[in-house]
Amino acid sequence: MTASTATVAVRSGLADVRTKLSDRIGEPALRVVSGLAGLLAVALIIWIVYTILHDAHLAISKFGVGFIGSQVWNPNANNGVGSFGALPFIYGTLVSSFIALLIATPTAIAIAIYLTELAPQVVRRPVAILVELLAAIPSVILGLWGILILGPFLGNHLEPFLKSFLGWIPLFSGTPSPYGMLNAALILTIMTVPIVTAISREVFETTPGELKEGAYALGATRWEMVRMVILPVGRPGVVGAVILGLGRAFGEAIAVTQVIGNATQIKASLFAPAGTLAAQIANEYQSANPGLGQSALIYLAGILLVISIIVNVIARLYVRRVRVR
Amino acid sequence: MESSAAGAPHALLTAGPDARRRKAVNRFMEVVSTAAAVVAVAVLALVVISVVIKAAPAINLKFITSNPQVSPFGVNTGGIANSIVGSLILIGLATAMAVPVGILVAIYTTEFAGSRVSTTIRFALDILNGVPTIVTGVFVFGILVLGARQSGWAGAIALAIVELPIVARSAQEVLELVPNSLREAGLALGLRRWRIVLRIVLPTAVGGLITGSVLGVARVAGETAPLLLTSSVFSNLGVTTNPSQAMPNIPITIFTLSESAAPQDHAQAWAASLVLILFVLLLSVTARTFHERSRRRLRG
Repeated sequence: MTASTATVAVRSGLADVRTKLSDRIGEPALRVVSGLAGLLAVALIIWIVYTILHDAHLAISKFGVGFIGSQVWNPNANNGVGSFGALPFIYGTLVSSFIALLIATPTAIAIAIYLTELAPQVVRRPVAILVELLAAIPSVILGLWGILILGPFLGNHLEPFLKSFLGWIPLFSGTPSPYGMLNAALILTIMTVPIVTAISREVFETTPGELKEGAYALGATRWEMVRMVILPVGRPGVVGAVILGLGRAFGEAIAVTQVIGNATQIKASLFAPAGTLAAQIANEYQSANPGLGQSALIYLAGILLVISIIVNVIARLYVRRVRVR
Repeated sequence: MESSAAGAPHALLTAGPDARRRKAVNRFMEVVSTAAAVVAVAVLALVVISVVIKAAPAINLKFITSNPQVSPFGVNTGGIANSIVGSLILIGLATAMAVPVGILVAIYTTEFAGSRVSTTIRFALDILNGVPTIVTGVFVFGILVLGARQSGWAGAIALAIVELPIVARSAQEVLELVPNSLREAGLALGLRRWRIVLRIVLPTAVGGLITGSVLGVARVAGETAPLLLTSSVFSNLGVTTNPSQAMPNIPITIFTLSESAAPQDHAQAWAASLVLILFVLLLSVTARTFHERSRRRLRG
């Protein structure tokens, strides 16, 4: 009996030592390894910015800030050295994304209001999931759909129709064509609606119930309650959501390059082919000459990167303000 | 307005023109909101149905199991077996990198880091999530492809960078839902933090961690832009299992076929889209269903 208690004591003592030993290794190990992972996340951003600026150096030193204001994009100019400018692509990026958000924002807010205030409980989750699945469709498939289905519809039906009624507005003048700014803007609309809807819905759901009941008690109709309570209370969140959607639209390369027509020009007409920063990179990376041409494309990536970082920082600040409350 | 109401006592009980207008506006707005939701769901249906209908002529078992064959006219008449294998390997490698790192980041921010460090890392992840995927492609092109050549590794790393912030942010959300009382119980038993993390926090949160990772996989499975600069030019049409060569993959195949002028290529593009969309939508739907369930369980 005494022998067996002794062995138990020895065993538990050993176990104790083993626990202490593994604690002494395991505790700092997990702390350091997970800390390194966290460091990697922060370092990646800095590394990306550094690499892009470094690889764009050739074009930056040659064209300077003037690159942003120049309309020329000709890889064969100056005996094949090339002359490059970003203005048409900056213009295309801004216009296609703004049109997309102009359509997507009211649509997304309406859907979010439907989902939080109107829809019967049974359909709420399924509809919310379906709208979010729209965001899960790979952009290359949306682009394919834009080329083969939306494009012909625009070129043969919608654009001639718009032209006949609104042709006196420069936006709707010009020759209808399947691929151009309008097609890109509509594809971007489809991509941004789910993003803005998801965040707006989350924001609207946090509206304090007392405020809503207060509005109803004062005799407001449902729409008046939405207009006077839900929309003003949720505004910062919705603004953040719209800016996030804008960031997404700015950066979409594949679907846009498939449908925008890839032209280096600034045209008032929405029917005309155009280009965006992201689409131009996707369209020309293969044919770019390894020297200045490639560097100019990376310069475009740098401009896009800076814009998206700024846009995302602003959007997160807005969305966070709502979440904190 | 008032004259019509005056003199008739019952008029007090019927709605005046103002109330009627307000009701009409209300009704109108309700219809508009509902219509917006219907349109969004209809667009989803329209895209999915177009893919299914247009894919029908080209999709069959041979399409999935055989490699591409380019006819004398330059039109693809074979299948996409090589792209399916390539995509699975690329996604597998990317996930093998992004998921462990993402979960470790989440562990660090929720279990070890102080609030300032944790906010900084979160912010970095949000910014990383906002970097356009084509720029991620340019970045990996700059560090791995420039001066060397395209490879499966470069493609997988580019996809991993896209996947990392998605996995890390969703893992953070899940770990934060693990009740603090569980951690305190562990501390009270004299456990060190690493044991609490491995024995208590991770097992409690495992369901949510898996669904978050699956959502990450669903997101990168359809990514084309990061692969365009890193794994899009192939030396042959066969199956490649060696990641040090550029690997054919479904998104790039769809992209290339979609730019072609031949109708047969378009049929192939639709068929490849059907394969991809089924894969992505199945993953997203299952992940979302489980996501909701595991969250509800953690909230108690």
